Amino acid sequence: MTEPTIYELSSPGRAGVSLPALDVDPSTFPPALIRTELPLPQLAESDVVRHFLRLSQWNYSVDKGFYPLGSCTMKYNPKINEDTARLPGFAFVHPLQDPETAQGCLALMYQLQGWLCEISGLAAVSLQPAAGAHGELTGVLMIRAYHHDRGQENRRRMLIPNSAHGTNPASVAMAGMEAVEVPADPEGNIDLAALRTLCDETVAGLMLTNPNTLGLFEENILAVAEAVHGCGGLLYGDGANLNALLGIVRPGDLGFDVMHFNLHKTFSTPHGGGGPGSGPVGAAAQLADFLPAPLVAMIDPGNEADPPLYGYRNPGKSIGRMRAFNGNFGILVRAATYIRMLGADGLRQVAETAVLNANYLRALLKDTYTISHERTCMHEFVAEGRWADAPGVGAGDIAKRLIDYGVHPPTVKFPLIIPDALMIEPTETESKQTLDSFADTMKKIAEEAHTHPELLHDAPHNTPVGRLDEVRAAKQPILTGKLT
Amino acid sequence: MNIPKELKYTKSDEWIRVEGTQGTMGISDYAQGQLSDIVYVEVLAKKGDTLAQGKPIASVESVKAASEVYIPAGGTITDVNAALATAPESINKDPYGEGWMVKFTLANPAELDSLMDSKTYEAYCAGRQ
Repeated sequence: MTEPTIYELSSPGRAGVSLPALDVDPSTFPPALIRTELPLPQLAESDVVRHFLRLSQWNYSVDKGFYPLGSCTMKYNPKINEDTARLPGFAFVHPLQDPETAQGCLALMYQLQGWLCEISGLAAVSLQPAAGAHGELTGVLMIRAYHHDRGQENRRRMLIPNSAHGTNPASVAMAGMEAVEVPADPEGNIDLAALRTLCDETVAGLMLTNPNTLGLFEENILAVAEAVHGCGGLLYGDGANLNALLGIVRPGDLGFDVMHFNLHKTFSTPHGGGGPGSGPVGAAAQLADFLPAPLVAMIDPGNEADPPLYGYRNPGKSIGRMRAFNGNFGILVRAATYIRMLGADGLRQVAETAVLNANYLRALLKDTYTISHERTCMHEFVAEGRWADAPGVGAGDIAKRLIDYGVHPPTVKFPLIIPDALMIEPTETESKQTLDSFADTMKKIAEEAHTHPELLHDAPHNTPVGRLDEVRAAKQPILTGKLT
Repeated sequence: MNIPKELKYTKSDEWIRVEGTQGTMGISDYAQGQLSDIVYVEVLAKKGDTLAQGKPIASVESVKAASEVYIPAGGTITDVNAALATAPESINKDPYGEGWMVKFTLANPAELDSLMDSKTYEAYCAGRQ
């Protein structure tokens, strides 16, 4: 089953609409500038609709099925988010119009800043950053500005645990600092002794995801914060896994000085190919003055007769703008809707159910797959996709075989510290039936790995295209198509 | 797994072959196996560069991960394997032969004492399986 390109479907003379004959003088546009040949495809409206509908049906999304992509929190995105984002007052506003005529939008952003402060236990939030890694860069630049402001320009080393997302060291490098790796202890926590030897007057801070990418709560977090703060460094929180903590622990109370939120993970806004991201950054009091400018502010609290007036304010030592206007505003509307729909109790229940679902699935799979650590996990866990008695089968083969069973594969081969890692995050929006069915599929694949390994090696079998040649794709990518 | 006896090894999985004061280095069979298919190699050092022990010398990218490679002992680069630019798969096929990365003159042969012999390295790899 393949789908031709829209150019291959083209048939000369076919058209979606028949235009009437020209009844005015033709344009006097200079002939030299008029293109005589423009190879646009010629199709009927029905050809076009069917072509793109077929393509869309090949797509896999969280609206279609289970999507346990670890660390990405592919939860179901409630459709009411789409309703509110399409309200004319939000959808048809222009970022350059007078703030006094966009008070509803500013009020929503002001409230969202406040809710994220309350959830995180931090003092102030900027909604500008447009993605998680963008938020990281923002936070790292703030840490850098903070040390420079105090005359400590020698603090250029950022400590990063070896289970961290690859974006952490990349953000550090982009900010002109040096990433230094911190090892894990056998329990999957940061190795405290190793950390303490690294903590000195050249340390800018430490970037930490809690729970970490092994799905484990960093049990030494208070000691980690103490060690980093003790040498004058700051603690950065990567909010990728905040879904496990909502309403239960506030990162600010754990000692984090600055963090980003992934609205597209934790707060149910579209994700991946489905929409732009949003990575607001929150800061504790001593860092709040360095946040990107401008922040949304309440200029006048109003009174019984007049509503509050919202506008902008620039933090005194701001690192400047990180994004045009107010970031991805439509995404902010969706996240605010999600928070309002759930309320404080609902958000807490999100975290509790996410952790329960992950532990349920871990328990179902632990006799078939080796789990990275014998500990209660948080919202996700890491299994090894390999068996000593099934040589030649790895995490990638299991992932491809899952596609045949109609499931999106988990994150594979990450974190790198676990061989053939399968990082599984079911999220709170999946039912027991879905989790049971996934566990059955995973057990069936484990059996196939031992009895019919070729089924895994050659997978996927049921897709428009089979196993792709990853080596050739990396070495000889063909990134354009020739129009004929 | 192939771990030649005459070579010395680092904890970050580089090997070094020493002939007099001349060293040749690359990444081990274990390292190439962990990385899987290597699709891109960039040797960061040029002929004539002098590097201290443990400094980054190359970056290697596979379909699975990107990794830095460090020089096992300090020295001055005398030759770089230019063939890796077009045939990075040599590292997968022949990590100790065609997959060599750079040759260099050792600045301080005593630094070799900090490296592992083949037996110790074998145990080190087994411990990570």
